[in-house]
Amino acid sequence: MLYNEPSPLEIKVLTRRFGLPNSAHIDTYLATDGYKALRKALEMTPKDIIEEVKVSNLRGRGGAGFPVGMKWSFVPRDSPKPKYIVVNADESEPGTCKDRLLMEFDPHQLIEGMLIGALAVDAHAGYIYIRGEYRYLIDILDKAIAEAYERGYLGRNILGTGFHFDAYTHTGAGAYECGEESALLESLEGKRGVPRIRPPFPAVVGAFQCPTILNNVESFCAVPPIIRDGGKAFADLGVPKAGGTKLTCLSGHINKPGVYELPLGFPVDKMIQEVGGGIRGGKKLKAFIPGGSSCPVLTAAECEGLTMDYDAMAARKTMLGSGGVVIMDQDTDMVKAALRIMRFYAHESCGWCIPCREGTAWLRKILQRFSDGLGVRGDINLIGELAKNMLGRTFCPLGDAAALPTISIVEKFRDEFEAYLTRQPPPSRAEEPLRVIA
Amino acid sequence: MTFSTELEAKFARLLASYPPGRQRSAMIPMLMFAQDELGCVSAELVNEVARRIGVTPVQVEEVLTYYSMLHRKPLGKAHVQVCTNISCLLTGGAELWEQACSRLGIGHKEVLPDGSISLEEVECIGACSWAPAIQVNYQFHHFVTPEKLDRLLASLRNENPHAV
Amino acid sequence: MADPVKLTIDGRQIQAPPGTLVIDAAKRAGIEIPAFCYYEGLSLQAACRMCLVEVEKAPKLMASCTLPVAEGMVVRTETPQVAQARKATLEFLLTNHPLDCPVCDKGGECELQDMVFRYGAGESRFTEVKHHVEEKQWSPVVFYDAPRCILCFRCVRICTEGMGVGALGIVNRGVLSEIAPNHGDHLECDECGMCIDICPVGALTSGAYRYKTRPWEMEHAGTICTHCSNGCKVTLGVRNHEIVRGNNRDHSGINGEFLCIKGRYAFDFFGHPERLQSPLMRIDGKLQEVPWSRALAAVAAKFQEVKGRGGKFGVIGSTRTTNEENYYLQKLARQGLGTNHIDHHRSGDLVTLIDALSGRPNASLATTADLYNAKAVLVVAADLASEQPFLSFQVRANYRHHQARIYVVTEKAVREDAYAAAVVRGGVDGVESLRERLAREPELAILFGASVKGEELRKLVEFGSSLSIPVKYVCLLDYSNSRGAIDMGLMPELLPGCRPSEQPGMTIPEMLACADLDVLWVIGANPLARGQLASANAFAVVQEMFLTETALAAQVVLPASSAYEKTGTVTNVTGEVQRLASPLRKMGTKPDLEIIGLIAKEMGLAPLMGPWDAGKVFDQIRQTAPGYNLPLPAIASGGAAQTAALNGRVAAPSRPELIQSAANGLFESGTLGRYSKILHSVLEGRGRT
Repeated sequence: MLYNEPSPLEIKVLTRRFGLPNSAHIDTYLATDGYKALRKALEMTPKDIIEEVKVSNLRGRGGAGFPVGMKWSFVPRDSPKPKYIVVNADESEPGTCKDRLLMEFDPHQLIEGMLIGALAVDAHAGYIYIRGEYRYLIDILDKAIAEAYERGYLGRNILGTGFHFDAYTHTGAGAYECGEESALLESLEGKRGVPRIRPPFPAVVGAFQCPTILNNVESFCAVPPIIRDGGKAFADLGVPKAGGTKLTCLSGHINKPGVYELPLGFPVDKMIQEVGGGIRGGKKLKAFIPGGSSCPVLTAAECEGLTMDYDAMAARKTMLGSGGVVIMDQDTDMVKAALRIMRFYAHESCGWCIPCREGTAWLRKILQRFSDGLGVRGDINLIGELAKNMLGRTFCPLGDAAALPTISIVEKFRDEFEAYLTRQPPPSRAEEPLRVIA
Repeated sequence: MTFSTELEAKFARLLASYPPGRQRSAMIPMLMFAQDELGCVSAELVNEVARRIGVTPVQVEEVLTYYSMLHRKPLGKAHVQVCTNISCLLTGGAELWEQACSRLGIGHKEVLPDGSISLEEVECIGACSWAPAIQVNYQFHHFVTPEKLDRLLASLRNENPHAV
Repeated sequence: MADPVKLTIDGRQIQAPPGTLVIDAAKRAGIEIPAFCYYEGLSLQAACRMCLVEVEKAPKLMASCTLPVAEGMVVRTETPQVAQARKATLEFLLTNHPLDCPVCDKGGECELQDMVFRYGAGESRFTEVKHHVEEKQWSPVVFYDAPRCILCFRCVRICTEGMGVGALGIVNRGVLSEIAPNHGDHLECDECGMCIDICPVGALTSGAYRYKTRPWEMEHAGTICTHCSNGCKVTLGVRNHEIVRGNNRDHSGINGEFLCIKGRYAFDFFGHPERLQSPLMRIDGKLQEVPWSRALAAVAAKFQEVKGRGGKFGVIGSTRTTNEENYYLQKLARQGLGTNHIDHHRSGDLVTLIDALSGRPNASLATTADLYNAKAVLVVAADLASEQPFLSFQVRANYRHHQARIYVVTEKAVREDAYAAAVVRGGVDGVESLRERLAREPELAILFGASVKGEELRKLVEFGSSLSIPVKYVCLLDYSNSRGAIDMGLMPELLPGCRPSEQPGMTIPEMLACADLDVLWVIGANPLARGQLASANAFAVVQEMFLTETALAAQVVLPASSAYEKTGTVTNVTGEVQRLASPLRKMGTKPDLEIIGLIAKEMGLAPLMGPWDAGKVFDQIRQTAPGYNLPLPAIASGGAAQTAALNGRVAAPSRPELIQSAANGLFESGTLGRYSKILHSVLEGRGRT
């Protein structure tokens, strides 16, 4: 059963099987063009596969938006080392819940995407790194993998071509940082989820120190349609520099929250009003997070004329991110929102580098105190300055992810912070103890 | 240490899933699956996993203490995880958390004296579009209302973690 | 070699080999880029973010510790933006760092203090509650104060990579991250203290030193460790005539940054309450304190009397006294007392090795530096990590930094197994199975333990030559001047410089068994710990620091100074000669050189012996002992010089049956170890006393 009603405005490419009876089963998949792209890819040269992905203008769907075809082309195909496929299914960006559905409703599409990636770089094993909270998906994917082995789509001599590929699921255990690709690889190797020094990038030194294609679930799922129907068809769905559709997760103060597959370049206003059915309770939009809580927050005014694509977002100094759209209405307490976002990053900071480890913890404390009504005027500037002291100086993007929304909220909603200063302080509250993870 | 046949089979499958000499990769899945069976990651389990994958116990400790889903102490029979991250916050997640705490009289990572329920305030669990959301022993509960939460907690107290 | 890369750092044109990191390239040009986590020789972290620099065309500041140089790169290391970033990072660091500098051991030597001073980050805007965790004691010598820890992970890396121990880990995450020991609440490791020395702040402190002094109240002397044969330089911190700290202040010795527990902490025998501070004479059957003059007169009179009647002397020298003392001792024995009954505790068959190497052009003795540079290393019948800790460190560093192939042939598992190219379990014959692989190596360094001696050792050398590659050898020995005792002729068959004495003489077992021995003169040795003295009437004179079994049986006991209280030279296991520095003297004691000189003087032999001045005696050694005509400046300036290779048969009988290593582990050190509280406390902690 689907979690939300589809919208007629959706263009269903990756989600076309959602809602079909028994959609995760291989028979359903095969009956709806499943593994056709694989058969086609088996006839293609690796170079042509990568070229087709390049033509599709598919950009990484995990948040960074790096062109997928280009990423694949960095893999040294001639390296004597084995190559690996790794699927980033550590979906943890607050506001994002799309990969979960792709795996739940159409696991074979992901497996087929991995297989095509494997053909492109001559890999023979792939791992799906699934966040620990998505335990039920391991059962679904393991079942799909077993079906694929049974029907000859995985294992030795796939479809009689001599190509072999093994797929495995691998569970995480609760760490947002493992969504960062090099931290994910560390975690896959049984270590703390701390990012690696880059370069080298995973394409050259990835899983088990070998060349690796590492992409988000949605990116891999886009590959079968691209190969099946051609890269151009996919590209044409989107905007010139970013092809295809994007699974968009609407959440927050919206009438019809849900995951919708919308073409890139979809107008934000139309998305809120027509896909999402407008702001809850007929209220006005106050703030808009375009792609997960790491993105700078936009005001209602900044959303005017905005479209959902990478460049349009960049032009407004924010990011399309992971597709986690969070809608905040006129009554939203932005101080509390800033606090909640910072609490998250402080909790998830791996602790490796000083600015992120200490910066997020300090900002969490200031914002907690401020939101408790114990703020002073100097705090407002301090919050912004500390966030800027993290920005661009941390070991990995988590520092930026914590800094960017904070800077945007404190700058764009400064009046709300000012208003807090005039409130009556509440009765004193005990310092919230820090929580040890284990 | 001895485990159930099912878990042993899982371990065997895991250890065969990674390239030769890379059995350390099985550490996190092994800890997770063993924790599901044993209730927590005990010192004994740390040593056992270390032995099986050929690392030192401190290397397992490093991992155990890093990941938020791994814990040293047993949780309740039903582990109730309430998300209060941004999408849930906007839709009442924080209130649900307060409600759960006050109904049960326990707080973050605490367990009812009878061991039936434990509570945890968690970060985003990937149910943002169906917020506010709660997870009970990996099972998602979407669009949770105060009434639904009360019914859920009542049923869990009756030691039936899957009834809602 | 590839062409050097040209780049500009702070306006200066610099050349560096490709692959050089910007932080290193800058350092070589005399530009210091600050860093906490970067540490030469350890794996890269990029964690502290202090080394951020501006690079032209880069959109943001770059970590210079992980940035390789590139052609035409323009780097600026001290711009306002860079300074602001560093100041901000320090402000972050200080949020949870306790400002307890006034009572912190590291105060005055702290890299964090220095950095805050340099970047003027003295003011904090942090007004929240600091995160506090209680301090923990992990072992008798290691304490950890988590709030002070800046998480640079140097300790974890030196333990895992440098020591090959891996006793430290990182637990928790985010701001709660901490360093953790390998056994939950305590450490089981080498207790080397490398983690403490490498800690830039006062997070890891030493049980032996903490809260004893402010660093600037100490005077420092760089001398040579008196424990095992590896010859590490140790800096002793001295205050009020007490040694309060041993560490590795300037990394200037052959050991670089390395020290083991003995070098770092086991100086504490110096102040042991049982330390002898007055001469003792047996009066009415009991050892009683007497003035030096009376004791020396009694010894000289007895020596004169026995010499006069042609009686039998037995002289046992030390493996810890200096070359000068050993030389002086054998000179007095041979030329003054007219006896060749002189010996010492033999722990390795160096004599056979030197003899076996003669005439082989491709064979020589290795230095400690060779162990770091050789393309391949073979360890035979030795547990380096336990008994030769610095050599073990060198071999490991060679593997880490140069990917040297390490081969192991031992009966038991050893630490080198973990990274060895091949391991053979068994005796020395096991080398045969490695023949093909070793012959393909461009060069080899072989270290072998005491059990490889006599014919077996000759066979090993034969094997080495048959590989037709250059082979260098290390004959492992026990104590700080075991090598010097051989070189200075503390054995009946050899004169200084391995020249044959061609005189008969008793060895230690023979002296002890000799029923009509008249005098047993023991300097810094304890032969009666295990043996029995057969001669009931022997007059025993013992120069010692403590009342050992041997001292207790003596007629006269003369309180000796330790190696930390004298000057002179010692020769380490690889034949490297280094000079001791003397920062202090235990009241009442005298260096053995002076004691021997005073005895000679009382006997009227002063003209024969010459002054008891270490420098003057070393001059005599240089003239008489082949191999010791060394470049003086190298030694005088605190460096080491290897004794020149001897190349000629040693025309003396080899006595492999006398060779017996004490096989001291990390927490043992012969007599000195018995009087080291710190070594005891570690053993007690492990229930192994």
